[in-house]
Amino acid sequence: MTLDEFKAACAALAADAPAQIAAVADLDAWTALRNALVGRASGRLTDIMATLPQLPKEDRREAGQAANAVKLEVEALLTARESGLSAAAKSGGDLDLTMPERRRWVGAAHPVSQVIDEITEIFRELGFTIALGPEAEHTWYNFQALNFPDDHPAMDLHDTLYLQGDLVLRTHTSPVQVRTLQQYAPPIRILAPGNVHRRDPFDASHAPTFAQVEGLVVDEGITFADLKATLTHFANRFFGSTRTRFRPSYFPFTEPSAEMDVLCGVCKGSGCSVCKNSGWVEILGSGMVHPAVIESAGLDSTKYTGWAFGLGPARTALARHGIPDIRILYDSDVRFLEQFAR
Amino acid sequence: MNISHEWLKTLVPHTRSADEVRDLLTAHVATVEGFEHTRAELASFVIARVMESEKIPDTKLSFNKVDDGSGTLLEVVCGAPNVTVGTMYPFARTGTTMPAGLVIEKRKIRGFTSNGMLCSARELGLGQDHDGILPIETAAAPGTPLLDVLPISDVRIVVDVLPNRPDLLSHRGVAREVSALTGVAMVEPADWTAAVAVPAPVVGDASATAGGVTVRLDDREGCPRYGAAIIRGVKVGPSPEWLVKRLEAIGSRSINNVVDATNYLLHGFGHPMHAFDLSKLEGSTIVVRRAAAGETLTTLDGTERKLTTGMLVIADAAHATAVAGVMGGRESEVTDATTDILLEVASFHAGLVRSGRRALGLSTDASYRFERGVDDAALPELLARGAAYIAEIAGGTVETKLLVGAAPAPRARVSFAPSRVARLLGDAVPADEVVALLTSIGFDVQGSGDALSVAAPTWRHDVSRDVDLVEEIARLRGYDRLPDTLTGARPGNVPDHPLHTVGRRVRDALVAAGLLEVRPLPFTTQRAESQARVLNPLAQDEAYLRLDLLDTLSRRAEYNLNRMQGNVRLFEVGTAFLAGSGAESVGGEEIRVAALLMGASRPPHFTEPKPPAFDAWDAKALATRVAQAAWPGATIEFAEAVRDGADQCLWTVAVDGSVRGHVSALTSLDAPNWASPAFGVELTLGAMPVAYVAPKGEHRYVSAATSGPAVAPVRYVPLPAMPAAEFDLALLVPTHIAAAAVEALIRNTAGELLESVVVFDEYRGKGLPEGTRSVGWRLTFRHPERTLRDKEIEGRRAMLLKTLEKELSVVPRSA
Repeated sequence: MTLDEFKAACAALAADAPAQIAAVADLDAWTALRNALVGRASGRLTDIMATLPQLPKEDRREAGQAANAVKLEVEALLTARESGLSAAAKSGGDLDLTMPERRRWVGAAHPVSQVIDEITEIFRELGFTIALGPEAEHTWYNFQALNFPDDHPAMDLHDTLYLQGDLVLRTHTSPVQVRTLQQYAPPIRILAPGNVHRRDPFDASHAPTFAQVEGLVVDEGITFADLKATLTHFANRFFGSTRTRFRPSYFPFTEPSAEMDVLCGVCKGSGCSVCKNSGWVEILGSGMVHPAVIESAGLDSTKYTGWAFGLGPARTALARHGIPDIRILYDSDVRFLEQFAR
Repeated sequence: MNISHEWLKTLVPHTRSADEVRDLLTAHVATVEGFEHTRAELASFVIARVMESEKIPDTKLSFNKVDDGSGTLLEVVCGAPNVTVGTMYPFARTGTTMPAGLVIEKRKIRGFTSNGMLCSARELGLGQDHDGILPIETAAAPGTPLLDVLPISDVRIVVDVLPNRPDLLSHRGVAREVSALTGVAMVEPADWTAAVAVPAPVVGDASATAGGVTVRLDDREGCPRYGAAIIRGVKVGPSPEWLVKRLEAIGSRSINNVVDATNYLLHGFGHPMHAFDLSKLEGSTIVVRRAAAGETLTTLDGTERKLTTGMLVIADAAHATAVAGVMGGRESEVTDATTDILLEVASFHAGLVRSGRRALGLSTDASYRFERGVDDAALPELLARGAAYIAEIAGGTVETKLLVGAAPAPRARVSFAPSRVARLLGDAVPADEVVALLTSIGFDVQGSGDALSVAAPTWRHDVSRDVDLVEEIARLRGYDRLPDTLTGARPGNVPDHPLHTVGRRVRDALVAAGLLEVRPLPFTTQRAESQARVLNPLAQDEAYLRLDLLDTLSRRAEYNLNRMQGNVRLFEVGTAFLAGSGAESVGGEEIRVAALLMGASRPPHFTEPKPPAFDAWDAKALATRVAQAAWPGATIEFAEAVRDGADQCLWTVAVDGSVRGHVSALTSLDAPNWASPAFGVELTLGAMPVAYVAPKGEHRYVSAATSGPAVAPVRYVPLPAMPAAEFDLALLVPTHIAAAAVEALIRNTAGELLESVVVFDEYRGKGLPEGTRSVGWRLTFRHPERTLRDKEIEGRRAMLLKTLEKELSVVPRSA
């Protein structure tokens, strides 16, 4: 026996051991293998060690180190395998790991709420806070304070549900503009999400109750440039890099008034059935706050200017999820709502 | 408003394409929401020249070589007798669909190949002429689209006219804008020769008589001015082709030449006109007055209508014969037998037209325009124009014109400083450009520099303040030309509304708990005597506003059950409408959260094929979770509720001592027998005041002092340093004694070292004395500074048992 032969025997053991250990299926087999490899009585390593005295004295130290290294290596593998086997034994033996996990019911915010949340987050970054108002609203807040001429066709744009006394179900979230302007001094930067109600028949594209998100900025020195810049920033954040287009419109409570379109997400502006071949999709109505509205709240319209917008998040929710009928949003079928878990 | 591009060009002869006009209008005037090529079915036809032609023997057919601009001559067989070499004809290439639906394909005829079809006028739907193919005289090259060559195509541009711009409800109104935007001057429409002589009107203040006709205004407010033209000797009949085409282009159908002429004037110039059969007007008299009580009128649509006393009507000497500005009467309608006409061009009070058409439930092209405002100043011009046009196409003589009433007051002038433009738009517009832009759309601008005085043209009713002028400047320049630089902003003064913050926390907690949010309609049927009602509901069975959210959630659960979905877990954060003191009125609003649980409490798994159903304890836990999310750190207490009402209220939920809501078994749910019981939680997050913030037109500035965090921070409790000592009490509790009473007694008796007391077990049934149940409590004691000795624990146990027996007759359960 030479040192080289001794080392070769150690190396052979180290080479064989991992596969043998991995192949062991239970604790009994493991014990047998351990005895065969490193057992004191008749293990392979013990046999190798037994040849140590045959080596020249000066080689024995090196040979002993080699044998010890192999021993540590094999024992570590054995220990690891043992803990694996005993864990398996504790958990009832052979788990079929292809079986399904134990689930819990998943919750989900309504898809329209998710859109409102996303809008809110973007405007929060720009310093907007959240204001709320009642849904049963005084006609003054809903119409007159917002510069709607009495008994005028402008009122026909809002098919109104009337309540007893002086109240209506608010037809838009714009009354919150006046309430907020009455209660707080500028600078005002608010978002007012909420439900509004119109006397619209419940069909595939109309609902008598739907969400709206109102935005209002009033301060000294606010201009149409701020409106365009802020809403374009919002559109880019919300829809991903896009382009906006502003075109003339009419709301009694803004002057000038503007509709904002973004490039159609489907055709990117070349025209398709989604955008009725215009290349653009209407997103929101906006405008500079009419001085009459600022005056309704007892503020000085020569000092303060502002801008406002309103958008309907349901339409965005329908478009982004490919929902063909708005009534599905109201049905509240659990199988529908579960799809929006995240 | 439907605009015909060809019609528009008769008023402003611009050379822009219809596409360009659409884009100009959308960018500067009003949105074009529809755009439709008439004759779109002919879009793929081209013109082609016959280069060679030879007769096919023994047939009527010819074999031709045709240049369709493609570079190679096409072989085409044609059956028409008039094929002429060198002439251009409409040509359908293979693959083209004919208006009748046939698709042209390559085919063999008598051994000759035919690659397309030369077309007749009839085959193209352009007339009845089928004598041969349609020769076209043009300088255009072969292959040019047919519609580019023949003057038959038109584009219908549908403009979304909003209520502030009734001046756009006519071709002339839109033409004014196009003229301003393109710089092309307006012209007289070439459709008319304007050769008919029209006499000057006979004027009167409140009445006038001329040519045997009297016009009298009994209601000067309702009708400030009335124009009438008498045209005698007309011949009612079909309209000329061009007029039919104009009306078709805007989606209107031809009726007869007189009616068509008034419709042309309505859509061309924006002023509704009405032609009466003069012979049917009793006393040859027009009286504008309010309807008499009980008066009726059969309108043009054949409906007999009851008139109300407030309604403005046009009457003859005896009866109402039209509802002013809304619709004429059948009796005085122009028919084929009509020879003498009274043409009405009048101004009516917008509000009266509006209330009249609403009372009748009738909206017409006329009422639509009168309600929004017509150009009253143009009345004399349009009376002359109308009379001339009718006489031109229907014949007859314009005998007399009457003009009764007063001209409208001149427009109030608006002071305008061009420097104000920058204040609103963020960009200065040079003063001379301001003047040029306003002038281009008919505004009268006087003064100079920064002190202008501006009067709107008579057709504009939406300009009363300087901001209105800024809007004109902004849109005419183009919104896209205005700057859009994002600049810094001062932080706002308005704190987040606390109910929004609370609502978000509650929603997040419920989503995390596995519930699904709904956003349903708040309408319901009547549930209580005094409940807010919608006065004009869409559906009578949903005329009421909900008093509570669980009402809505129950209906949504039933919807799911109807679709065989029995595992329902829904929630809503929404508005409840409280009953007011008046009948069916709203007394206030509350923002509430409600949740409904029914069915399996978790999805089945192979380790648990039948998971337990949601029960009252799950609902109670959910209520606790929601209350904790809504009011962090608050004391939440459940009190056994008085069980009444359709649904069984199990507990009321109090937060820091005040009741905020309840947990209920929803026993009134309309559920099939396979459904599990349903449980509901409803808590009021806060009131949403409906009251005025401040009196109308006033400001109530609330201190800007920030309110600080809405929720008091949780106070840290040090972790125990000493070990706890525990023991269990298994007690026989008489059925009528509440567990909470036992627990309260334990807490009061056990001393201050008691750390917690928790129910861990309940047993009812065999082995227990009648009228008792066994409840197990685990008590944990801890001393802050030392380990408790066994003796101390034993002493407490003995004392507790003694007190429990004495006070509540609760004894330990014997082993």
